[in-house]
Amino acid sequence: MSGVDLSVVWLTLKLASVVTLLLLLIATPIAWWLSQTQSKFKPAVGAIFAIPLVLPPTVLGFYLLLLLGPNGPAGQLSAALGLGTLPFSFAGIAIACAVHSLPFVVQPLQNAFEAIGKRPLEVAATLRASPWDCFWHVVVPMARPGFFTAIVMGFCHSIGEFGVVLMIGGNIPGETRVLSVEIYNHVEAMEYGQAHWLAGGMVAFSFIALLAIYMINHRASQRGTL
Amino acid sequence: MSVTAAFHVQRQGFTLDVKIELPATGISALYGASGSGKTTCLRAMAGLERLPNSFFQIGQDTWQDEANGIFVPPHQRQVGYVFQEASLFPHLDVAANLQFGMKRIAPVQRQVSESHIVELLGLSPLLKRSPSALSGGERQRVAIARALLTSPRLLLMDEPLSALDKGLKQEILPYLERLHRELAIPVVYVSHAADEVTRLADHLVLIDHGEIKAAGPIKQVLLDHQHAELFNDGASSVIEGRISRHLEHFASELKFGRFALRLSQQDHPVGQQLRCRVFASDVSVCLTQPHDTSISNIFPAKVSHVAEGRRPGEKLVTLDLGEEQQLLAQLSSHSVERLQIHPGHHVWAQVKSVAVL
Repeated sequence: MSGVDLSVVWLTLKLASVVTLLLLLIATPIAWWLSQTQSKFKPAVGAIFAIPLVLPPTVLGFYLLLLLGPNGPAGQLSAALGLGTLPFSFAGIAIACAVHSLPFVVQPLQNAFEAIGKRPLEVAATLRASPWDCFWHVVVPMARPGFFTAIVMGFCHSIGEFGVVLMIGGNIPGETRVLSVEIYNHVEAMEYGQAHWLAGGMVAFSFIALLAIYMINHRASQRGTL
Repeated sequence: MSVTAAFHVQRQGFTLDVKIELPATGISALYGASGSGKTTCLRAMAGLERLPNSFFQIGQDTWQDEANGIFVPPHQRQVGYVFQEASLFPHLDVAANLQFGMKRIAPVQRQVSESHIVELLGLSPLLKRSPSALSGGERQRVAIARALLTSPRLLLMDEPLSALDKGLKQEILPYLERLHRELAIPVVYVSHAADEVTRLADHLVLIDHGEIKAAGPIKQVLLDHQHAELFNDGASSVIEGRISRHLEHFASELKFGRFALRLSQQDHPVGQQLRCRVFASDVSVCLTQPHDTSISNIFPAKVSHVAEGRRPGEKLVTLDLGEEQQLLAQLSSHSVERLQIHPGHHVWAQVKSVAVL
């Protein structure tokens, strides 16, 4: 592999790590709210956060471009804060990736929170744990397999991000040129050998990540909960 | 100090409207069929449910007074709660489960020692185990200990034995009795099992369809013929006494007041306190002292009340033995008429069998 490809791999891993961290911060409260609420708005809110799952990445990318662009509200806000414009920058693709991968993190977390049920929370409350205390010392440890699934799904989905990145980030080396874009470049240039290295690496990585999820979930379900 | 509660709620097909006064000592049982509202009361006491227009006070502390906008959230109430299923935290071992609540109260508020509770509930061999490696009965003992270790002012138990089979029940009941004898924590015990309630409770509250039907010391409430039918296994009276000696022919003697009752042989030592239940259907009446009968427990008694029984053709007769000890006898209307049994008459009560609780 050439030095250029290594910098692409490095950029992609950096992007996926930043996005995963960002997603954990955003998705955890959303998933918690969705799992606990009895609000009539729950289906609507759930649907909004699931939209990126079904929307073509180009559509998502298009609207994000308008939103984050110099004339969009988010773009004007970032300019006013002195952050510059976000499209065609690393920060821009990180935000776009986070939006696109959000459902992949929200859903496993929501499922894990719902699987805990009400009872452990009530038990914790009668054992003097405040809601915040209970969240950290009962919910998070009990939802650990869900967090693991969410992290792996968010990370892998961000690593493979293509359409949204292309729409909002373009193809700038060292800034927005990530793995899947690079594979596209190689294929366009008929450099199949280099494309194989990257594509095969992605297949292997995805398999190992999913294997880890399935093994951990299998172990968790065998250990049972009581 | 006492516990005062007034809970009201109206839901689809269910109305709860109760006022409860409980003594701050001993075990108070909330007894009623499923769906009667007893668990809702217990959850409201813990603050797990916030019922409208409700009130709850323990001693000088008001935990809920909706008229004045007071509602103390559950984690700020000094209650222990034992759920129907043990609900141990699966990610913690037994020791960490036990310490979960204890760690969260200030050391000065700890009134029970961990080692005492562990010993009381026989948990020392289990401390390092994971909850999934425990039997149902062991789990429930851990859950009880975990609740006790928060030094609660009130221990709430929601049918803690109902998820266990008969053998495991018998394994836990002695622990509950020890707890009753050795700790001064008042307990509210919700159950629909007559045998548990008559064995454990000092105070009994009967709930039916969201209303209180009767409340008071268990002996009194049980004697009231009006409530007999709420007890699913039949009218009965409770006798509490001490084993005074062991007799020949595999029998033991139970002294209660100036009376003595002959029981089948008991394993307990002399002096052990014991509670028995005498079903009204096991008590018959003679007008003269019987000598040529196989029944050995015969007491002179005065008829204090004759009431209609559960079924037509049946009467429920209250017999006063003196010293505030009473028995219920279920007789046929025919016999009551034939023997001319009326309040004030002196008779002999024959007790055919006694259920030791």
